[in-house]
Amino acid sequence: MTSENVPDTGGQPDPAAEAGEDRLAQQVERTGMFGTETTGDTSGYGGLQVRRPDLLSTARPYGSYFDEIADRLAEGLERDGAAFAEAVSRVVVERGELTLHVPREHLVAVARLLRDDPSLKFEMCLGVSGVHYPWDAGRELHAVYPLLSITHNRRVRLEVTAPDSDPRIPSLVSVYPTCDWHERETWDFFGLIFEGHPALTRIEMPDDWKGHPQRKDYPLGGIPVEYRGATVPPPEDRRAYS
Amino acid sequence: MTAETEGRVYNVGGEDWDEVVNAASEAGSEERLIVNMGPQHPSTHGVLRLILTLDGETVTELRPVIGYLHTGIEKNMEFRTWTQGVTFCTRMDYLSPIFNETVYCLAVERLLGIEQEVPPRATVLRVLMMELNRISSHMMAIGTFGLELGATTVLLYGLREREKVLDLFELISGLRMNHAYVRPGGVSQDLPHGALEGLREFLRVMPRQIGELRALLDANPIYLARTKNVAYLDLAGCMALGVTGPVLRATGLPWDLRKSQPYCGYETYEFDVPTQATSDAYGRYLIRMDEMEESLKIISQCVDRLAAKRPKDDPVMIDDPKIGWPARLAVGADGLGNSPDHIAHIMGESMESLIHHFKLVTEGFRVPAGQVYTSVESPRGELGCHAVSDGGTRPFRAHFRDPSFSNLQSLSAMAEGGMIADVIAAVATIDPVMGGVDR
Repeated sequence: MTSENVPDTGGQPDPAAEAGEDRLAQQVERTGMFGTETTGDTSGYGGLQVRRPDLLSTARPYGSYFDEIADRLAEGLERDGAAFAEAVSRVVVERGELTLHVPREHLVAVARLLRDDPSLKFEMCLGVSGVHYPWDAGRELHAVYPLLSITHNRRVRLEVTAPDSDPRIPSLVSVYPTCDWHERETWDFFGLIFEGHPALTRIEMPDDWKGHPQRKDYPLGGIPVEYRGATVPPPEDRRAYS
Repeated sequence: MTAETEGRVYNVGGEDWDEVVNAASEAGSEERLIVNMGPQHPSTHGVLRLILTLDGETVTELRPVIGYLHTGIEKNMEFRTWTQGVTFCTRMDYLSPIFNETVYCLAVERLLGIEQEVPPRATVLRVLMMELNRISSHMMAIGTFGLELGATTVLLYGLREREKVLDLFELISGLRMNHAYVRPGGVSQDLPHGALEGLREFLRVMPRQIGELRALLDANPIYLARTKNVAYLDLAGCMALGVTGPVLRATGLPWDLRKSQPYCGYETYEFDVPTQATSDAYGRYLIRMDEMEESLKIISQCVDRLAAKRPKDDPVMIDDPKIGWPARLAVGADGLGNSPDHIAHIMGESMESLIHHFKLVTEGFRVPAGQVYTSVESPRGELGCHAVSDGGTRPFRAHFRDPSFSNLQSLSAMAEGGMIADVIAAVATIDPVMGGVDR
């Protein structure tokens, strides 16, 4: 590279170039295009590297009623002596839905406030959905709580993460009794330990089952099946396009 | 008997209840009788197991045990394309398959950002099928409710009416259940010939049939005695336990997602949300009856809309060749099959179309990374779908918030302290479908 073909930025760092450097520093999500790893891909896309995007975070204004929820929540947290920035690590507005990422130590306080504050009133919790992101180092296991306010006809989603090495999240049963079975299900399928749950036992799988089947690293097993002369490999060995 | 078993154990083999009761009463009234009901019990709606602690005929503790019908549908969906996911989730709550399909497709469409591009005719067809499904599901709920209280006629009436809906389903989608009719981007096919006539005939006969069922039950003294003030759960209990659907509306709260957070254009239909203020099994029964009548109103509006436009000018699948399934169906010489025009086009005229067809069928479409939560008002309450995509051609995670799962938790609150006979009524009034509970 010579100085002639570099655009003159007057000695200032070029923001576009810096953004490119940042992008290259990110984790590679997948390579290639068509799910093949051996020869056979003659498309020229074999060297493609798709990088994982940064964690989403939305800046104010969030739009819709989301700003009001954030304001009321911040006020309430302040009354209780906690800072909004501490109790809500990220706010994501995506596809018209609001997600509050809450560090696990603040989960119960945030949920209680969302339920009790007259201007928030999220009376109903619609369960817990676990998600396992094996690549997300230090935050592999996520628990997602969709909340519903019947009083104000609003929805919000709480997302909590825990590392694989310490899969503990405080239980919300004391705030939303409906979480009882949902937390048992998430423990059963993902191995997330909900601390303070009255009886965290398996609910769907047999009591003596080993492992947590919805985790991405759970072995599926299976054998190749022959069908009309061709062989269908077990699910884990099938070609994936993502 | 295992070493850990405490106390006396009675083995019940049938027709020996007297011996068991006598033996238990001899042991003194201090002793509690623990009865295991299910998982194979005719009145537990599938494979639900209830562990009852009895003091005489009073239930002092009730613990539901689930998981006997867990089939790993959510996990399976992670290994199929987004479109193939429909064929899995339709099997969850097998009495309301159209709702499962719709909530999943709404989630996929929101992830894709194509909510506005779904053709209006497809949306009307979705509403039509959902409301038909609501009637068939409520008919089954009321029919089995009657049977479990000892009235076989009610079940026969209920199944007879449900059959009419299933016939319509078969006519429209090709299958009586597990339809996979609703697909991301629209529905699999338009109404066939004769469907509108069938629907009009259905609308003509159904009010009378519902009236017949009402005449049988509404003021039936035995039925009233078995349902009034039974399985009571008030509004605060419903909120805390996350109970939705007819059970919630029986507390007097008119909460129906079709009205409060409309989807599929429900705001453009005229219908009411029935409520009762009794919080008991009878109120829930009345709500289910009223809801069927409201569903008939919606179906009639759907039929008018479908009849107003010629199907030819009104597609039922999104006009996006990267998402819309290419296999258009047509009636061939040997019955229903792939459209000969489409086959001729991809095999003879356009290499690109063949590539698109091949890629879409084998690989599926990619869905931008992110997560959404969509919900619809199923016959049992709020059915939610939490779908997560990592940008690939398969769901990274699809979780269903099945209303039966949440509602079943409230069984202990409804039945504890009541008579053992009312446990049956409490289970039936929640109307749980174990396929949906266990998924």
